[in-house]
Amino acid sequence: MTLNRRQFIGTSAAMAAVLSAPMVKAQGKPRVVVVGGGAGGATAARYIAKDSKGAIDVTLIEPTRKYYTCFFSNLYLGGFKEIEDIGHTYGGLAAGGVNVVHDWAVGVDRDAKTVALAGGGSLPYDKLILSPGIDFVDGAVEGWDLSAQNAMPHAYKAGSQSELLKAQLMSMPEGGTFAMVAPPNPYRCPPGPYERISMVAHFLKQNNPTAKIIVADPKPKFSKMALFQEGWANHYEGMVDWIGEEFGGGNVSVDPNAMTVTIDGEVVNVDVCNVIPAMKAGRIADMAAVTDGNWAPVNAADMSTKADADIYVLGDASSQGDMPKSGFSANSQAKVCANAVRGALTGSKVFPAKFSNTCWSLIAPNDGVKVGATYEATLEKIAKVDGFISKTGESADVRKATYEESEGWYTGITTDMLG
Amino acid sequence: MSFRRVIFFVVAGLFFSTAGAAEEFGDPVAGKTVYNKCKSCHQVGQGARHRIGPHLNGIFGRKAASHEDFQYSKALQRAGRGGLEWHIDTLNAFMENPRALASGTRMSFKGLKKAEDRSNLLAYLRTFSDDPANIPEADPTATPTDHDIDPAILALEGDPEYGEYLSSECTTCHQADGGDDGIPSIVLWPEEDFVLAMHAYKNKKRAHPVMQMMAGRLNAEEIAALASYFAALEQ
Repeated sequence: MTLNRRQFIGTSAAMAAVLSAPMVKAQGKPRVVVVGGGAGGATAARYIAKDSKGAIDVTLIEPTRKYYTCFFSNLYLGGFKEIEDIGHTYGGLAAGGVNVVHDWAVGVDRDAKTVALAGGGSLPYDKLILSPGIDFVDGAVEGWDLSAQNAMPHAYKAGSQSELLKAQLMSMPEGGTFAMVAPPNPYRCPPGPYERISMVAHFLKQNNPTAKIIVADPKPKFSKMALFQEGWANHYEGMVDWIGEEFGGGNVSVDPNAMTVTIDGEVVNVDVCNVIPAMKAGRIADMAAVTDGNWAPVNAADMSTKADADIYVLGDASSQGDMPKSGFSANSQAKVCANAVRGALTGSKVFPAKFSNTCWSLIAPNDGVKVGATYEATLEKIAKVDGFISKTGESADVRKATYEESEGWYTGITTDMLG
Repeated sequence: MSFRRVIFFVVAGLFFSTAGAAEEFGDPVAGKTVYNKCKSCHQVGQGARHRIGPHLNGIFGRKAASHEDFQYSKALQRAGRGGLEWHIDTLNAFMENPRALASGTRMSFKGLKKAEDRSNLLAYLRTFSDDPANIPEADPTATPTDHDIDPAILALEGDPEYGEYLSSECTTCHQADGGDDGIPSIVLWPEEDFVLAMHAYKNKKRAHPVMQMMAGRLNAEEIAALASYFAALEQ
């Protein structure tokens, strides 16, 4: 017999009651350490600090002093944003009571419950939240490794890589070729590579209209495929050549010195090559030994890992079920996690998990599309309940409103994450 | 209730009502064994092709009789034209008794009478369709619920603390400081207006796909909790 949803919630409520005797440590307040200051980690740190009103000691470990959002970094490539528009500091979190430590987390001792820092020393925790985002799988694209990221940028962690790709795009010769090696599933931001193609096409249409774009893709189909292909035909006719699995798009190697891409045996000279390799959880998840394969399996009710009840993994690095790897998803998961962690440490009420996601993509000026869904926690995974997607052939007014909505969302989520 | 289901009720409501209630995904490993009953006619998996029956890759979310390179029965073609799509509910009904759903189908299979077999087979076939994690517009893998909550939590009706937790879903998009570029402000709304608006989205009387989805899974108590939280903010 399996527990049904109602019984499961009842059980977790009872568990919360058992734990509701606050875990008062000899040295004082319970401690939460959060690793990674992106959409998952920053949100979790902020919500735990805000809602516990000083009852929990919250430390965020994040190596960079300025965080560039991956979401909207394609709009920077397209010329719709300046790089500073997508850069954020951690001042708001610090003002909200989070100890922000700019350092690398380089190890987790699960027995001693400490996190080691690259700068020396370690931080003790009662609950550890890892939100490290993604790293790339070694050897995923033949001929490419991290040492080639200057010649062939991934630009899939925003910041200097985004600036590099933009600079290369701007200095492409007239009528040149922009190539993308798209990633296999699962990866961060399912529509991301295709929004990027749209933004690159927009830039080239304005500045280099005879240039070409080739996409080598190991997948037979991709998110919002009908919407993107309709948009490419409408706005960038003849510019984008998408080579899917069926035509050998997965059989790819690159040569960063010669600036060539070989697709299914055919060698193509390219001027810019954006290699987005296969992905895996950020390294600290491996170091904490909470991964199974490339990702860290978690329990849907609270995002705790299957491997360790005191370690939680949020966002892209987690393997949770149906939610796409996105900033919106990470932000949503962080709130469920924060509620559960606070309940475990201080006895506050734990409410049922509710998750949601919406991904907006910009295809051309004022031509925005979106896809979204709601999710619930089942015993097995986070399961999709209901969803929607923009329709092909929508009116220009609807598309414009969708784009404006995405602008509003950007302001909303960055404030929600960082204060 | 989504549009496709509304269509389906029109097309096949009579038959649907006789189908077993087992519209849940079971165990895909056990489902592979159940699939042995299907595999003499249907292929599934990498390289699967049409045989006596069409291949079953990507079946979830597919319109009935929509492989152009397969010769379907007139009955199934008619069902496809009428809007029949393959989702967990329709597949479950078809597996239980193919002829009840499409009386002229050439699929000469009596059906799987045990709900457990059907749910396991559904889970197995699901693994050969789009995964919502990679293609977010893929078919749901859970059946919508009204998110009933247990009595202890229901006792929190109108509880601003619960409302505060729920409101964290709103502030991903709606700015907490009342900014309204692109997305409307929701601060300083009268409590009653808020409740009316949320129920209007829930009942799809107000048109916005994100809000219909978000409000759609909140029950009356949860909307009341949100309202009480936002009302308390105003003071």
